[in-house]
Amino acid sequence: MNQAQTSSQTLEGYNFAYLDEQTKRMIRRAILKAVGVPGYQVPFGSREMPLPYGWGTGGIQVTAGVIGADDTLKVIDQGADDTTNAVSIRRFFARTTGVSTTERTDEASIIQTRHRIPENPLSEGQILVYQVPIPEPLRWLEARETETRKMHALEEYGVMHVKLYEDIARFGRIATSYDYPVLVNDRYMMAPSPIPKFDNPKMDNMPALQLFGAGREKRIYAIPPYTKVESLDFDDHPFEIQTWDESCALCAAEDSYLDEVVMDDQGARMFVCSDTDYCEERRDQGHIGSMGTPQAAE
Amino acid sequence: MYVAVKGGEKAIENAHNLLAEERRGDTEVPELTTTQIKAQMTLAVDRVMTEGSLYDRDLAALAIKQARGDLVEAIFLLRAFRTTLPRFATSEPIDTGAMHVRRRISATYKDLPGGQVLGPTFDYTHRLLDFSLMDDGNETVAAEDKRFEPGEAMPRVTSFLNHEGLIQQEQPGDDDAEVADLTRNPLDFPAGRDARLQNLARGDEGFLLALGYSSQRGYGNNHPFAGEIRMGEVEVEIIPEDLGFPIVIGEITVTECELVNQFKGSATEPPQFTRGYGLTFGYGERKAMAMALVDRSMRAQEFGEEVVGPAQDEEFVLYHSDNVEASGFVQHLKLPHYVDFQGELEMVRNLRAEQQQTQLQKAGE
Repeated sequence: MNQAQTSSQTLEGYNFAYLDEQTKRMIRRAILKAVGVPGYQVPFGSREMPLPYGWGTGGIQVTAGVIGADDTLKVIDQGADDTTNAVSIRRFFARTTGVSTTERTDEASIIQTRHRIPENPLSEGQILVYQVPIPEPLRWLEARETETRKMHALEEYGVMHVKLYEDIARFGRIATSYDYPVLVNDRYMMAPSPIPKFDNPKMDNMPALQLFGAGREKRIYAIPPYTKVESLDFDDHPFEIQTWDESCALCAAEDSYLDEVVMDDQGARMFVCSDTDYCEERRDQGHIGSMGTPQAAE
Repeated sequence: MYVAVKGGEKAIENAHNLLAEERRGDTEVPELTTTQIKAQMTLAVDRVMTEGSLYDRDLAALAIKQARGDLVEAIFLLRAFRTTLPRFATSEPIDTGAMHVRRRISATYKDLPGGQVLGPTFDYTHRLLDFSLMDDGNETVAAEDKRFEPGEAMPRVTSFLNHEGLIQQEQPGDDDAEVADLTRNPLDFPAGRDARLQNLARGDEGFLLALGYSSQRGYGNNHPFAGEIRMGEVEVEIIPEDLGFPIVIGEITVTECELVNQFKGSATEPPQFTRGYGLTFGYGERKAMAMALVDRSMRAQEFGEEVVGPAQDEEFVLYHSDNVEASGFVQHLKLPHYVDFQGELEMVRNLRAEQQQTQLQKAGE
């Protein structure tokens, strides 16, 4: 079932990938500018999509802008291919483009994601498309777009360092666990979208192209392949990622981001890989977690 | 063995089937037709067309039927369809002065050329449930219906004030300049009046109503008079490139509201009245008035007034008026967030553990 699947039926009366060619060209122009100025938020004429704002309209438009007939698409939400929204978006592209879809990270030429970066490293030629709710990393510190644009132009990022410092003063640590701000190419401060900070190091020097689409906020930004992406920190409080005492209950992985699953109302819980493809691949290779069973030969 | 929750695909399909079933309701009852909606739910159709930015009564009726009467959902459906439509022309500005007027009132003059025309208004009805409407087959009393022809004299109220120079002049824009279009270009600040008015016309009626209301209650210092409200039909013209002169492509119903506000004057400007403008498709009087209130409020800076209320704050208003954007983003909280929540769990547990540790140490000292 992990083989790439091709959809035979496409939606009648709509253009390839839903949007008209002019619109896709406008999106590609914005993407080119974004790639040219890594981490800079490029305003674009975001269209109204048949999916609700907040459901990934930015990511969908970016994917629609770059997808071609011979692409293979993977869509994940929370790291999983089978969450309802991932299913819905994958089906949307299957219906409007007829391209092959896959659940395998290495088979995909385009991966659209919400809230995670796959565990397996991505390679050159792949495109990772992030769905972004709030593209502005400074938004919680300054509500006005007119102000934050100025702050980016002047590279005036002091308020963020003050915020992180205040965290340390109050909590003894930086209390941001997701959407952890990064500095791209030593210039622009950027919101990595609400991925856990666990995923931040994967963005640095990634061989794949990373594109970010915020539909409601009408912004596109990008990180070209092999670009420096630094998570903000202090010399005496270096950036750290989440760790677990547990390993995945299904595949015994100790290096993956784990989801906590509540088993009953007595407090019993188990931890499983958030990246379902990674977990399945490990189980296929014979890794068995504490609550897993050997994979039956199919 | 634990099996992670699977089967999103099947669940979605079932949900869609359930939704279709709920929409249809009791099959003993005849199915509602879009023709009925179009003919008898006209104000719902008007609102969906206005905020959906598409003048098409049939599609609006279809959207209302498909959305089970949820108008914000219907607006969303219409917008998603509109986005796929090609642009073949930009119309000439409509001339509401040449309207086939069906309603026209002014609160600033007792009588005026053209007179006060109440038209089909709820205004002076007693809001008593009419139980006779529970039964089918009601006959309505034939009303005296008068539609004013454009030739008949019905000048705008603001033009009377204009003669005396008592009202601020609206400077016509450059004819050749492109009109702002928020559905093609992202919002940029400061936004031009064209972009603002487009945003307000598409904006949520409830949001604008509350904002307009707040400006009357001291959050923005708005003291308006309903200079004129008119509703009726206007012609839509385009100039095809190969013809070079305007041709009429259809007639639409619109409601227009011009509010007149006092302005005390400044060092350079004499005291005069100022304006707020509202326009909707169909008969959308409440929306048109709210829009005019908010339009005037947002002109605070232009008239050198202090910005103190949310209705005067351009960024606040324009960024939060769209109900398709707002509805989507508020409801996206339903989508899974367990990866981020896991990060927060880990953080809170760590912070708690450290705090306990500190307390133990203190107790030990």
